[in-house]
Amino acid sequence: MKTCDLVIIGGGSAGMAAAIGAYDRGIRDILILERDSEPGGILLQCIHNGFGLHTFGEELTGPSYAERYVREIEARSIPVECGALVLHLHPDKTLEYISPRAGYVTLRAKAVILAMGCRERPRGAIGIPGTRPSGIWTAGTAQRYLNLSGILPGKRVFILGSGDIGLIMARRMTLEGAKVLGVAELMPYSNGLPRNLKQCLEDFDIPLFLSHTVTDIRGEKRLREVVISQVNEKLSPIPGTEKMFAADTLLLSVGLIPENSLSEEAGIPLHPRTKGPFVDESFQTAVPGVFACGNLLHVHDLVDFVSAESRAAGEAAARYLREDLPKGQTITTGAGDASVGYVLPQTIDPERLNGSTELKFRVTGVYRNAVIQIYKDGQLSREIPKRVLIPAEMEKITLKKEDLAGVRERITIQIASRKGGTAG
Amino acid sequence: MVSFLSVALFFFPGIRKDAPLPFSGFPQTERGQDMYDILIIGAGITGTFLARELARYELNIALLDKEDDIACGATMANSAIIHSGHDPKPGTLKARLNVRGNGMYEEICRELGCAFSRCSAFVAAASPQEEQILDTLMRQAQERGVPVNRLDPAAARRAEPHLSDFVTAVLELPSTGIITPWEVAIALAEEAVLNGTDLFLCHQVESIHAADNPSGGRCFQITARTPDQAAHHFQSRYVIDAAGVYADAIFAMAAGQSDSAKLPFSITPRKGEYFVLDHEMTPLVSRVIYPVPSEKGKGVLAVPTIHGNLLIGPNSDFTDDRDDAGNTAAALAYVRQEIGKTVKDIPFSKVIRNFAGLRPTGTTHDFVIEEADGVPGFILAAAIESPGLTAAPAIAEYIIDTILAPKLILRQKNSWKRRRPFLSLQGLTAGQYNEKIRENPAFGRIVCRCEQITEGEVLDAVHRPAGARTIKGVKKRCRPGMGRCQGGFCEPLITEILCRELGLLPEELLHMEGGVSDENL
Repeated sequence: MKTCDLVIIGGGSAGMAAAIGAYDRGIRDILILERDSEPGGILLQCIHNGFGLHTFGEELTGPSYAERYVREIEARSIPVECGALVLHLHPDKTLEYISPRAGYVTLRAKAVILAMGCRERPRGAIGIPGTRPSGIWTAGTAQRYLNLSGILPGKRVFILGSGDIGLIMARRMTLEGAKVLGVAELMPYSNGLPRNLKQCLEDFDIPLFLSHTVTDIRGEKRLREVVISQVNEKLSPIPGTEKMFAADTLLLSVGLIPENSLSEEAGIPLHPRTKGPFVDESFQTAVPGVFACGNLLHVHDLVDFVSAESRAAGEAAARYLREDLPKGQTITTGAGDASVGYVLPQTIDPERLNGSTELKFRVTGVYRNAVIQIYKDGQLSREIPKRVLIPAEMEKITLKKEDLAGVRERITIQIASRKGGTAG
Repeated sequence: MVSFLSVALFFFPGIRKDAPLPFSGFPQTERGQDMYDILIIGAGITGTFLARELARYELNIALLDKEDDIACGATMANSAIIHSGHDPKPGTLKARLNVRGNGMYEEICRELGCAFSRCSAFVAAASPQEEQILDTLMRQAQERGVPVNRLDPAAARRAEPHLSDFVTAVLELPSTGIITPWEVAIALAEEAVLNGTDLFLCHQVESIHAADNPSGGRCFQITARTPDQAAHHFQSRYVIDAAGVYADAIFAMAAGQSDSAKLPFSITPRKGEYFVLDHEMTPLVSRVIYPVPSEKGKGVLAVPTIHGNLLIGPNSDFTDDRDDAGNTAAALAYVRQEIGKTVKDIPFSKVIRNFAGLRPTGTTHDFVIEEADGVPGFILAAAIESPGLTAAPAIAEYIIDTILAPKLILRQKNSWKRRRPFLSLQGLTAGQYNEKIRENPAFGRIVCRCEQITEGEVLDAVHRPAGARTIKGVKKRCRPGMGRCQGGFCEPLITEILCRELGLLPEELLHMEGGVSDENL
């Protein structure tokens, strides 16, 4: 059986950064398995700009951002097997994949980095009533039709969900000559980044219907009409509030789901909230030697954060391969109350830290003039004031190694309102 | 021959004249002297079984459907069960043909290369009244020779740990099976076409008249319209009406009766809605779980599918719109609540799709299978609601043996062409995979990540008798888009492949012409 020190599944932004991280820490026997015909992942269809402000200090398009990493991969001569789909991942880190070039390959890896990204939640997963005509796509599918196949898939468009891809597609379809009739958002706030709300909706006079959802779809072969209704505080549609839109296209931007079917097959437990693997401070999953990063681990707002996280995961995999991940005490992390959705990583071993680690988390509602509270073993230890916290933006806190001194079991995070602030 | 076929391709909208010729099967229709022996209206499971069984004989057969593929009506949207025959009312055609059909399927699926699994079923009772009904069902099954066992709830729970806590008694029906209904219907149509049947898709029948047959006797003149608005004329000595929810409307044309109340039967569509759950490493149930049947039918079921998904449904609501197979929030909520009576722990977060189907429910509450009174030569295969899928092979046999055989000379053909099963790489060994990839690298190119379907399998679905020419047609034949992302990743790839292979335009595949344009607002 062929062997390899480090196999990285996925050649998108996460996989490429992880490979660079591992290589720069001395690992040479690396293989990236990429299912598409070239590396880059979903960045290749994101032809709008806005990528790379944190990483490169400039605004790049998706393909340009990917290109920078492809050059880094090439400079290091890290092999990428394109057109390769991993069919099976076993707990002993044996992989089976197929590609038109290499055929059916079984490979034993010493370490594996999971970097398969995420997929979009389809219509069926949210149970929109109505008929099932052509013309209903996830925003990313429409983006692929438009930006990679050169097909404008519709002329009169309605969008459900104000996630970033939906907002980007509202602008993109408009620029290509389609009429975007509106965007409906189930929640009373948008799930997109504020800059996208401004640049993609407001600048094009596209109405945003907050606390609305699609309640009927009409049309036989092709979509003819979309009906939306206002929802109450329990998110149930309110009868009598229906609005009709003569649309031939409905785009869905209703959430991203980390792509973890291979992880599950390998017996890796997933966090119910992130839908990604449980990981420690080294991005190692419950299966030793298997690491996870990028949108497969948790859905990110910005590719820059994916790259940084994945590079760190690659560096950690290199430490694992050098047997430099000592086993010390384990501290767990988590949400202190319902104000926080999840905290990553789920465990920390202070022994392994070189100076500090980052805690990433998301809040579950919109908070203004609030404080982030950090509890150590149930004792409030630190408060960080925040002017605004929204679910669409991932928060990060740096914990120094000395911050963890004296913590026996658990670190939790929660949000409290400051005097005069509002929560909820 | 070549020019004849290029004319033929006109009759399939969406295929350009200069498109590469993928297969024959849409022959031209207006050969003036041409007279079909039998023209079947409706290419669902009933029509395709009839076509395939009749293709064994020296007969000219036409199979028409208004849709752009085989199996677009009730055959596409049902519970996919081969019922044992335990529950139809005694003395009905439903009861008789159900039991017979159940016994025929396994062999037919083997011949066709289609999947069949005799997965068994439980009927789960949850009250003393329901337990009494179980006794009746058990007696009924025994009288019909249907294998049946009474299980104690503990034994049943060992076999199906997710039976709900309400279940107090269970009837086991080991002869119950599952199939993929559209796979069987397409396979039947393929074999019919291979053996000489002329298939006309996108042909909506708009008139049927009895007329004199120039070579003696009587015949029918049938006019069908294609989406390009062209009218096509057919002549046939016999017509079989297997038109599903439209069977009464088709019959009304032949009977010259515009008042449907004066027909001996009529069809009211009865809608059933479902959830489809993603396949999981350990299936929630391994056999069909029925509740105790009621006046409204078999009730809300949990059904494992051939491909490891789980179906939950259906409800049963009459509707007056024969084209409205849309889902409704109310029905889905009802299904979700009802299933809790028999099965627990259903992971509704794993739902990947909803669908709805329309059952062609007849006013007589039984199948209507007969030569129509007053319209000699017009044969009804109507009101084929549940257990119609199971009964379909027996319906074909019954029509041929009892209705057609006394009228027609049925001479068996000397040769019979078997269809080639759909190509699937699932379950191949590494060595077999490599052989396929060496043969054609397209077998190493995955287009559908969720179901792990290669481009090679898609090409096979396109280039075969009655092959796929729509995105959904590909999905029905080799499954890309059936998985958890519901075509999110693969649909643009399938569109590209269809455009490349068949010379279609994306606008046609995405039905852009049927959409909203500024002109028709």
